[in-house]
Parts: sequence; C-alpha cells; structure tokens
Amino acid sequence: MDLKDKLISSFMAFENNVDVDNPVHDVRMEAIKNFEEKGFPSKKEEAWKYTSLNSIQKIDFSIFPKEENTIEYKDVKRYFLHEIDTYKIVFVDGIYSSYLSETTHDGVDICLMSAALTKPMYKPVIDVYFNKVASKEESLTTLNTAFSREGAYIYIPKNKMPKKPIEILHFATGNEAALMLQPRNLIVVEENAEVQIIERHQSLTSNEVLTNSVTEIFAAENGIVDYYKIQNDAPESSLIDNTYINQKGKSVVKVHTFSFGGKLTRNNLNFYQNGEYIDSTMKGVTILGDKQHVDHHTLVHHIEPNCESHQDYKGIYGDGSTGVFNGKIIVDKIAQKTNAFQQNNNILISDKATINTKPQLEIFADDVKCSHGCTIGQLDEDALFYLQSRGIPKKEARALLMYAFANNVLESVRIPELKARINKLIAKKLGVNLGFDL
Amino acid sequence: MLKITDLHAQVEDKEILKGINLEVKAGEVHAIMGPNGSGKSTLASVIAGKEEFEVTEGSVALDGEDLEDIAPEERAHKGIFLSFQYPVEIPGVSVTNFMKTAINESRKAKGLDDMPANEMLKMIREKSELLEIDRKFLSRSLNEGFSGGEKKRNEIFQMAMLEPKVAILDETDSGLDIDALRIVANGVNKLKSKDNAVIVITHYQRLLDYIVPDFVHVLYNGRIVKSGGKELAMELEEKGYDWLKQEAAV
Repeated sequence: MDLKDKLISSFMAFENNVDVDNPVHDVRMEAIKNFEEKGFPSKKEEAWKYTSLNSIQKIDFSIFPKEENTIEYKDVKRYFLHEIDTYKIVFVDGIYSSYLSETTHDGVDICLMSAALTKPMYKPVIDVYFNKVASKEESLTTLNTAFSREGAYIYIPKNKMPKKPIEILHFATGNEAALMLQPRNLIVVEENAEVQIIERHQSLTSNEVLTNSVTEIFAAENGIVDYYKIQNDAPESSLIDNTYINQKGKSVVKVHTFSFGGKLTRNNLNFYQNGEYIDSTMKGVTILGDKQHVDHHTLVHHIEPNCESHQDYKGIYGDGSTGVFNGKIIVDKIAQKTNAFQQNNNILISDKATINTKPQLEIFADDVKCSHGCTIGQLDEDALFYLQSRGIPKKEARALLMYAFANNVLESVRIPELKARINKLIAKKLGVNLGFDL
Repeated sequence: MLKITDLHAQVEDKEILKGINLEVKAGEVHAIMGPNGSGKSTLASVIAGKEEFEVTEGSVALDGEDLEDIAPEERAHKGIFLSFQYPVEIPGVSVTNFMKTAINESRKAKGLDDMPANEMLKMIREKSELLEIDRKFLSRSLNEGFSGGEKKRNEIFQMAMLEPKVAILDETDSGLDIDALRIVANGVNKLKSKDNAVIVITHYQRLLDYIVPDFVHVLYNGRIVKSGGKELAMELEEKGYDWLKQEAAV
C-alpha cells in the first residue's frame, strides 16, 4: 500500500476516534476528499519541480504512534531555549507531553489544539479562525486539515502580550520504525497584542520521520508576531511546513527560518495582507551539507494599498546539498504604493551543490516599488586572503566569511539568547570554534 | 630579516614581478615607490603569500627560511604583516572578537594557550590608545561602515596587536586626511624597534615625511630600477617618474 492509500484508509479509523458531531468533522471530510483527488504533489507541478516526494512515499510510515512514549527532560534539555524562561508546548511522537510543557490561561491562552477543537469555550475562536487562511486546495495542507487534532493553540487577546516567549517543540522518539506527524497550530493575535514564538522539530534517533505541519497565524490591527523556525533535524527527518498568515492593518509579522539540517525540508510560507500599512517580513539562513535539500517557497499577496513586504534569504550550500528559493509576490490592482523587497543570495562551497532560485512577480498595480535580486557565488578570495594574512587558518577564515554573509538576517532576531543559540548552531554547522561566541 | 632574491611572479601567465632583489634588516624602514602598475601591490601580496600569484623564479625568505609553499596564515604566525589598501568588511564580527581570534590562532600555532582575557583586554586598551581609537569603535563590526581613515587606522591597530617582525604598509596613506595620517604614522613609529622592520609602499612622498625611511626603492615594470636614501623620495616628488622610465628603457 502506498502512503496515499494508507492515509486515506487511516482517516476512517481516525474519524471514529473523534467527535463526529463537531463542526470540524465537516471540514475534515472536505479536506480528505481534496487530498484523495489530488494526492501527493509530483514534480510535474511547477511548484514542486525541484522537490521530489517520491522516495518519501515509499516509506511505510506509522500514521499514529502505537503507544504513548515518554522522554526525560535532561535528554532533550539542549533543544529548549533553557537560558530563559519560556512557555512550552511540547509533543512527543505527536502526543502532548504535559510533563515537558508549561502552558497558561492567565490572560492569554497558550495551550492545545485538541482542547480548542473540542471544548465549547473555544468554539467562538475556532469558528472564526480555524482553517480560514489555510488553503483548501493545496493537497498537503488539506491532508493536514483532514487529520487536524493536535498542535499548539495560542490566543492573545487585545492589548495583551505573554510574559515570555513560547516554544513549540515536537520530538520524535524513534519508537516507531517510521513515523508521520501532522501537527496543526492556530495562533490568533488580536488588536494591539504581541507574541514571540519559536518552533522546532527534533527527531531523537535515526529512524525516519515525516512531518506535515500546518500553522495558521492571524494578526489583527497593530498586532505583532515574531515567529522563529529552527530546522536542524536529524538526517533521516523530513519536514513539510505550511504556514499561512493573515494580517490586518498596521500589523507587523516577521518569520525567521533557520534551515541547518534534515533530509528534506519544504517551507511553504504564505502571507496575505488584508489591510493597509502592513509590514510582512520573511528572513532565512540556510546552511546545508551532505545530501540535504531545502525548498523555500514564499508568497506575499498584497491585497490592499500602502503595505510593505521584505524578504531576505541567505543560503550556503556544501557537499551534494540542494536548495530552492521561489519567491512569489502578487500585487493586486488596488494595492497601490506597495513596497515589496525580495533578496536571495547564495554561496556554493562545493562543485556538487546546486541552488535553483526564482523570483515570481505578478504586479497589477502601477504605482508600486518592487525590487528583487538573486545571486549565486563563491567566497571572495580577496576577503579570504585578508583573514588568512591575519593568521586565521583557511577553514576558520571561510567560516567567518560565511557568518558575515548570513549576518544581516540574524540582526532582526529580537531574543538575544535565541540569537546566541543560532550563532552557536551556525558555528557548529560550519565546523569551527572561533574562540568567541559569534 | 627579509630577503628577496631574483623574485619573479605572475598572475594568469602575465609576469608582473621580473626579478626583484631586496634585503630588509631588523630596525630598518624601506620605502617602495613607483608609478601605477609597476608591481608594488603585487610584491606586497607575494610576500604575504597570496595564492593567486605564482612565483616562477627566485625566493622570499624570512630569517633564512624560504617561505615558498607556506600559507598566508603561517606567514602571519611567523611575523609577516600586510596592511591592506582595501581592508575587507566582516559584518557581525567585532574588531575585538576578530583580534582575539587572530591572536589566539597565532598562539595556537606556536603551541601556546589562549591569551588570558584580562591580558587581552589590557593589550587592546594600550594599543587602541596608541592609535587614538575610541573604545566604542572596537565593538563595531570589522571595517563595516568605517571611513577610509578608520579602516587604515584599524589596520595599524591590528599591526600593533599582532606585533609582526616585518610589516608591509600598502598605500596606507591613501584616503587619509592630514590628521589621520599623523596618527597612523605616529603609531607606526612607536611600534618600530630594532627588532622589527617596516616596508612602506606609497605613491607619494607625503607619508615619508612622517615615517622616515632608511632606504627608498623605485619599482618600475616589475623591477627595482633605483635605490637610494630618503633624498630619493624628495627627488621623485620633484621630478616625477618619467626620467626613471627613460633611464630604465636605456
């Protein structure tokens, strides 16, 4: 049985376990129908030209873990931003771990999707927001919708800001030979509210993991969302991240994506600007080696006038790694005075590494500023010589230059401890100890 | 200390240095002058070990050791320093952290432990005062957004920190106003001792009013066509290079 068939037959069993009277039931039914029709995307589709899911579909994934698995905090502490106090929503093999988590209902709701989807008190929010910005057409998103049951639920009411950042962590224990996970997150930030979120997926063994995640983010007027995705998973883990963001007037949403590991990572990051004076920012640092593959597909849809979007993705590709950047910007006819900026710079440090980069601009308004640029290059030999002439060995000199290349993406990380952590990850990824914390 | 013998070097099959002979002894200051394209910066890069240039004949030796096949960083560890005409910007790495890395890499190569933090701080303070560098400047990203003068001053600060045996200053005077020139020259003079040597590469005599050379060499078309004392620099300032070109052509 291939993965598609297995998923469809599992859906029946899944639905038997959830509340059929819940309105979400109909949403799931619609979604599985769409997935059944479309199946997994193939390389024939333009959006999947450079990323193949063929080999993944041949793996016999467990759709549900057979049993509840536990892990000790000391074994996974290093994956938490433990230097500071945070709220934590932690899942082990897709199942909520109350032991590792720290949730709250103190003025804000930082808790579980499973609760939000079933308890009456959350119904008003679910009715308004659940599955409202996520695509009803894109097959992998609808696959996730069909199986949506668990994930993070974050609701920040008007004028509120949680006392500390929120970490969403997904661990895979490897107790299943191969496990498929489908977390579903909903984040609602009301008027003038603010939130900082860090998301991470981490497999603890070398068993295969496939995560197909969907996150919906709603930022109301003047809302501020800082979202950080740390993708540094094991070499056998694959991640398809589908993030949909709906912004209202004067809101500011920034998503930083740090892609340092994993077998295959696909980021579908979609912004919809439903208001004026909106700021949408997407930044990314990708550092890959071995045969790793990362595909960044971004979309910004400028629907209203006077908005801005900024995209800045830096990639460093070594060994036989492959990268894709596809940045789509749509400016509607009414969206005058749009300022859309897109930049994708890449360094190939191996002859076998490849990057496919493509800006895709569809502009229907006539009074807009849209700039885009992509570069693919090697390290600057003169700069390398400069560092070496100061006594810094070639390997360390190269690392310093790569760090400098990626640096401006890090400048906008607003949590200093997170920035320090990412700097360390970069140094580790580049295989150097520079004698100071970058 | 530094001995260059019949040095020929080329880049992409184009010969740029065509037989340079130069001996620099400890305690000496040498100036190398010459028109554009004569090979001055190439000579500096070849001494510092830039791989782009291929040495086809002759040698560069430091304290009797031939530097052939020795990487730039190892040359730095052995005491060669090159102040760049165009220093490179390294965003995200502060001047202080950069110097820590450079100094500790050099110590590592010599089998020494990292320099203790307090010692490092003391050294940074002393050397930055010598070059009238503001403390805030040291926490800025290396060369990023520095003015031309700040970059050059920072180069000499690095020289002060690394304490080389042979320092080559490549067009250190270009882009400097008179005040910055005085500070940089003053710094170099204070760093000079009987145990080290300085090679000043310049177009103009101006810098040599402040860093007074023991010897002046004129490089033209890949060769040293004339050597003399500091008065040669004055002569060049007055007469230009044309008379030497004619002399060399004969």
